[in-house]
Amino acid sequence: MEALELARWQFGVTTIYHFLFVPLTIGLSFIVAVLQTLWHRTGRHEYLQATQFFGKLFLINFAMGVVTGIVQEFQFGMNWSEYSRFVGDVFGAPLAMEALLAFFLESTFIGLWIFGWHRLPRAVHLACIWLVAIGTNLSAYFILAANAWMRHPVGYTVNEETGRAELTDIWAVLSNDQAWSTYLHTVSAAFVTAGLFVVAVSAYKLWRNSHHNDTGVVGVTPPERDFALFRGALKVGLVFTLAAGMLTVFSGDHQAKLAAEYEPMKLAAAEALWDTEEGAAFSALAVGDTEERYNPVDITVPHVLSFLATGEFDGQVHGMNNLQEAYEEYYGPGDYIPNVFVVYWSFRLMMGLGGFGIAVAALGLYLTRGKERMPTGRWFYHGAMLALPAALAANIFGWVLTEMGRQPWTVHGELLTAASVSPGVSLNTVAMSLAGFTAVYGVLFVIEVGLLLKYIKAGPSHLVPDLEKDEDESEIPHFSY
Amino acid sequence: MDLAVIWFIAIAVLWTGYFVLEGFDFGVGTLMPFMGRRDSVDRRVAINSIGPVWDANEVWLITAIGAMFAAFPAWYASTLSGFYAPLFLILIALILRGVAFEYRGKRDDSTWRARWDMAIFVGSTVPAFLWGVVFANLLRGVAMNADHIVTASVMDLFTPYALFGGVATLSLFTLHGAIFLTLKTDGPVRVRARRAALWTACVAVPSTVLFLAWTQYAYGGGARTLPLVLIAAAALVGGVAAAWRHREGWSFTCTAVTILAMFAAVFASLFPDVLPSTTDPAFGLTVANASSAEYTLTVMTWVAVVFLPLVLLYQGWSYWVFRRRVTGETVTGETVTREGPARSEGDHRRPEPAA
Repeated sequence: MEALELARWQFGVTTIYHFLFVPLTIGLSFIVAVLQTLWHRTGRHEYLQATQFFGKLFLINFAMGVVTGIVQEFQFGMNWSEYSRFVGDVFGAPLAMEALLAFFLESTFIGLWIFGWHRLPRAVHLACIWLVAIGTNLSAYFILAANAWMRHPVGYTVNEETGRAELTDIWAVLSNDQAWSTYLHTVSAAFVTAGLFVVAVSAYKLWRNSHHNDTGVVGVTPPERDFALFRGALKVGLVFTLAAGMLTVFSGDHQAKLAAEYEPMKLAAAEALWDTEEGAAFSALAVGDTEERYNPVDITVPHVLSFLATGEFDGQVHGMNNLQEAYEEYYGPGDYIPNVFVVYWSFRLMMGLGGFGIAVAALGLYLTRGKERMPTGRWFYHGAMLALPAALAANIFGWVLTEMGRQPWTVHGELLTAASVSPGVSLNTVAMSLAGFTAVYGVLFVIEVGLLLKYIKAGPSHLVPDLEKDEDESEIPHFSY
Repeated sequence: MDLAVIWFIAIAVLWTGYFVLEGFDFGVGTLMPFMGRRDSVDRRVAINSIGPVWDANEVWLITAIGAMFAAFPAWYASTLSGFYAPLFLILIALILRGVAFEYRGKRDDSTWRARWDMAIFVGSTVPAFLWGVVFANLLRGVAMNADHIVTASVMDLFTPYALFGGVATLSLFTLHGAIFLTLKTDGPVRVRARRAALWTACVAVPSTVLFLAWTQYAYGGGARTLPLVLIAAAALVGGVAAAWRHREGWSFTCTAVTILAMFAAVFASLFPDVLPSTTDPAFGLTVANASSAEYTLTVMTWVAVVFLPLVLLYQGWSYWVFRRRVTGETVTGETVTREGPARSEGDHRRPEPAA
């Protein structure tokens, strides 16, 4: 075991953990802003209740996203000092911009939103949550532009004298087609996740309420206190998920085409394609032999991979063996094939789990069409609740595919992962910090989920009491720590 | 002026801003257990005084680190990997503290709140101490080889001078936080915070003055840093005197100036080095050999010139919105939520000891 291996594990563990919260922050900030806007415009009490209820859940999640994000910015220097030294000139710029343009916006206005319910005029207070939503999205763009640069480096030269990458064109880095394509894919997936969060929570509330009423029949409940609110929220979540889901699919297709162009090795590994083919088939299930570099078992759909990668059924898709040969010739001896098993399966799990979430949204919209219809079977509610962990896992597998598929490089074609790690940080030191982060993150995860469940169970009337008959002005509860 | 020098100054400004702002919220966190008994409204008053602002204060750190990465990649790389252990502890502390602020009030359970209070205390005290250790080491230099890789062990970082730096920042931030509480709260917390400020001053004044003197003597920039050192020391004494005389606004201004002048002196002493090597002075990192190329610095300069004033404007506005003193009434609120009354009843049953 080397420090390099543990440093990679630590980066994986901390980043995956961080990315459980980030998509929900990105998506829920928008959903809460939309709900508050609806309240602002209509003055209807349910919208205030929904804003406060989902706002509370959003904040519980937001805190975790913020604190685990700090680690990320330190980790490049702490564990990947040689990477940082090499790329800082290019990679540091979007990170600094992210802090200055996005993080300040997000953190200042979240404070104003939490504590400003009584102190700010309503329109100004509404603007605060919108600025938070804009801040989270800006932040996503900058960090994804930095990440995209690692996969498709542009706008730089390598200074022969210092051996470091130097920025030559910031616009090239920010308008990198890999950057905006990744942004669309990641943010639309984040919206799917947040949409499914609302769907899962609403499905749970509807199911519980009907489960505990006298009839015991799902869906045909007597007018329950929260029924209208959560039926509405369910539909908002379903529409949100389906719309974002479409965008995720289209941007994902574009991602595959970019991979074929810029990172053919990643695409080949994701498809377990060993040899270059014209009219390559899409692999449905492959059992590969990574020693002998072929697939003893491969169930395929003819021509589909070529179509996905190039837009033509007979287009050429490079295979790993051919690429390995070409890379050895160009970059020198070495193993340029990523971990095929991990990359192949994370690709399929990403698509499968994400597709499941989108299917739930489509089905749910059909079952809840019209003004009153509700699904009656228990299976739908369970499926809707499962769709949330499925979407969270799909996000994670997407990143595993992206990052593991880029190996052995940190910066494609420029810097190897093995050459990126901090030489002065020992195995024991990384083992200590990895153990520390894992333990703290584990405990916090249990606490976070416990809190979410508590507030979901308590429901919106716990936060904003229901209106009494004669009351016309809705009371806003006090927010403080 | 050279762009690299401008960016060295910009990074010094970001770090100094971070310590002036987060300094008081670290201090409030350190003092929180002493501001009221377990599970009391008084502790909530203390926490709510920094509630709306601590998160944005912390972004100064993120921006400072981001700016180091972009403008001085070698400084960022060597420092962060070289100070691995203290930074790891700082990160864990900041994680616990941030979550604690948000989660503390989310269950009506006194054991739950007592545990998060501990997280706030530890999460504020540990970084307040360790940042002093880190910056003292930056001034002193660390063992570093020709490839700019720090070879110092963890124990090498805890020299007497560095420990002194840690005590100075911890006590100074605690004092700054106590004075912030006198300025921003009312009722029993305000009274207790003033007493805490005067007690903390007994440590903060000697340790800060001695640390400044040691720095000026051993690593200082002579006449360039002497005025800053003198301003810091004078403002500190003035701040304590103002606290004694109940002049809370002046007192807070003075401790803010102390931190500002102290870190200005630290960075001015460091210049033109950014991380000196004790192995061989030739191996050290300087503004010249650690910086990014001209183009990156130019781009970053434009971004900073346009956006930093905007950030200062809206962050300043957020302080203006929350300018009123926080009291027991502010945190429990007139509007009753289901959690509200239960908590405040519990608090009022046992009166607080007279302060």
